[in-house]
Amino acid sequence: MAEIFELGISGIRSGIASGDFSAKEVAETFIARVSAAKSLNAVLVETPDHALAAAEATDKAKAAGETLGKMAGVPIGMKDLFCTEGVATTAGSLILEGFTPQYESTVSSNLFKAGAGMLGKLNMDQFAMGSSNETSAFGNVISPWRRNDGGNTDLAPGGSSGGSAAVVAGRIAPAATGTDTGGSIRQPAAFVGITGFKPTYGRCSRWGTIAFASSLDQAGPMAHDVRDCAIMLEAMSGFDPKDSTSLDLPVPEWEAGLKSDLAGKRIGIPKEYRVDNMPPEIEALWQQGIEWLKDAGAKIVEVSLPHTKYALPAYYIIAPAEASSNLARYDGVRYGMRDLPDGAGLQDMYAATRESGFGPEVKRRIMIGTYVLSAGYYDAYYTQAQKVRTLISQDFDKAWESCDLLLTPTAPSAAFGLGEKSDDPLAMYLNDVFTVPSSLAGLPAISVPAGLDGQGLPLGLQVIGKALDEQSVFNAGLALEERAGFVAKPEQWW
Amino acid sequence: MSVDKETVKKIASLSRIAVTEAEADALVPELNNILGWVEQLSEVDCSNVEPMTAVIPNKLRLRDDVVTDGNVRDKVLANAPVADHGFFAVPKVIE
Repeated sequence: MAEIFELGISGIRSGIASGDFSAKEVAETFIARVSAAKSLNAVLVETPDHALAAAEATDKAKAAGETLGKMAGVPIGMKDLFCTEGVATTAGSLILEGFTPQYESTVSSNLFKAGAGMLGKLNMDQFAMGSSNETSAFGNVISPWRRNDGGNTDLAPGGSSGGSAAVVAGRIAPAATGTDTGGSIRQPAAFVGITGFKPTYGRCSRWGTIAFASSLDQAGPMAHDVRDCAIMLEAMSGFDPKDSTSLDLPVPEWEAGLKSDLAGKRIGIPKEYRVDNMPPEIEALWQQGIEWLKDAGAKIVEVSLPHTKYALPAYYIIAPAEASSNLARYDGVRYGMRDLPDGAGLQDMYAATRESGFGPEVKRRIMIGTYVLSAGYYDAYYTQAQKVRTLISQDFDKAWESCDLLLTPTAPSAAFGLGEKSDDPLAMYLNDVFTVPSSLAGLPAISVPAGLDGQGLPLGLQVIGKALDEQSVFNAGLALEERAGFVAKPEQWW
Repeated sequence: MSVDKETVKKIASLSRIAVTEAEADALVPELNNILGWVEQLSEVDCSNVEPMTAVIPNKLRLRDDVVTDGNVRDKVLANAPVADHGFFAVPKVIE
């Protein structure tokens, strides 16, 4: 039998159901894994008591013969963007140091109600702004993966959900929450060989999730495989009157609906995603993915998404614009840190607090956002970007006339070394070239680990679906997963 | 459109972020790089295109006009850097 720490959500569920082990044993196993993995710097706050209390509740419920929740006995990692009652929450920023939420985010609360426990709060790019986890104020997360060249270069786990990616790939937690604004679930999932799912905008409540770009932010699961993502997303999502953009729709039973037979499905291959300088290995994997989906019964069609190249620049106007507005709340008055120079007045206190509290990438984006929203530039930048966003969304609508799903690579490269791209913001932004368009259109998408490159590092394939059609995305993901047979894991060196 | 140092200082001031002279100097090329890159959007013909307002069609709901919480003053103030007499405390605003 597999060791407990090697199990994901469904494995833990069946082990507890059959009495192979208790939820308490599961919690203890992962608590020990967390405390032995400090060198990865993936966990900002360890919460063993939370995990143990949830496990005890599961064991008690099982002994009493009660029906267990979807996540019963599963201890998870929580991205530090989710406010957790009584547990320090920083979004990876100094400006929130010392902030202890007095309330629970809807997503974490839903997961806890479904029986999950929490192992700890996970490191991330500061305010979710980054693609390598290098913008955290609390240090880089180090990927559990290493290149097969015998060297020990520290690699980026991707970002912004870098801590989530690292703990799931290192089997330090069986699953973790992520959030995705322009690719922050899918790109890190691809970098570390796990499965990540971004649902349709509005499926998961944003209430209590620290805001970055509100029209784009969506929470989602990061887990071992497609089934685990389906189970976890069922537990996370659902209508929430406290979020004005929450979708008032029932949560489908995605797990029960899983089916890898794709007969009758048409898969679009967007020709604009063949970008310059794509590594041949990624090109080959994409081709392999096409063959796998054909084998699953799908029909392949070429489609065009003509405004694809404008997605990233539109994103880097819209997201900073929303961020500059959302992050105005960090003023040193109501929560977080305050920097009050001697004799300073209120305005100087704001400026000093934000100067010392925000990291360089966050400041850069706030200033870009402030500029594009400022008088005289609003229409040229912001309104134009929102119009381009409409065109990008219409591109997808047009594609859906001839296909049901899209298949693309998740990221334009495998994981890179820490420090290799951090000096050049634009080069870093290009990491999200394949994930940003679907974010701008609010569409559901999955990243499935599909192979290794020549350096022995994971590569992912992305499936994008129509709004609200998570089921088809899960199913195509499952078809890829079954055929890819991806079992590679990082060797434990930490 | 490109920004100069004075504009950078103005943006920083609007953003309520203190910048030193050296930081402002460094930000000029950084911001211009990014702004130069997003500039390409101007080549897209957007006549007769409405700006996006909601990615997924969704109506803003009305809720009943009732009090749903309250009496949580201490919780509201729990994370304040400085709280006094049941209020947030800030440096003197009026001389």
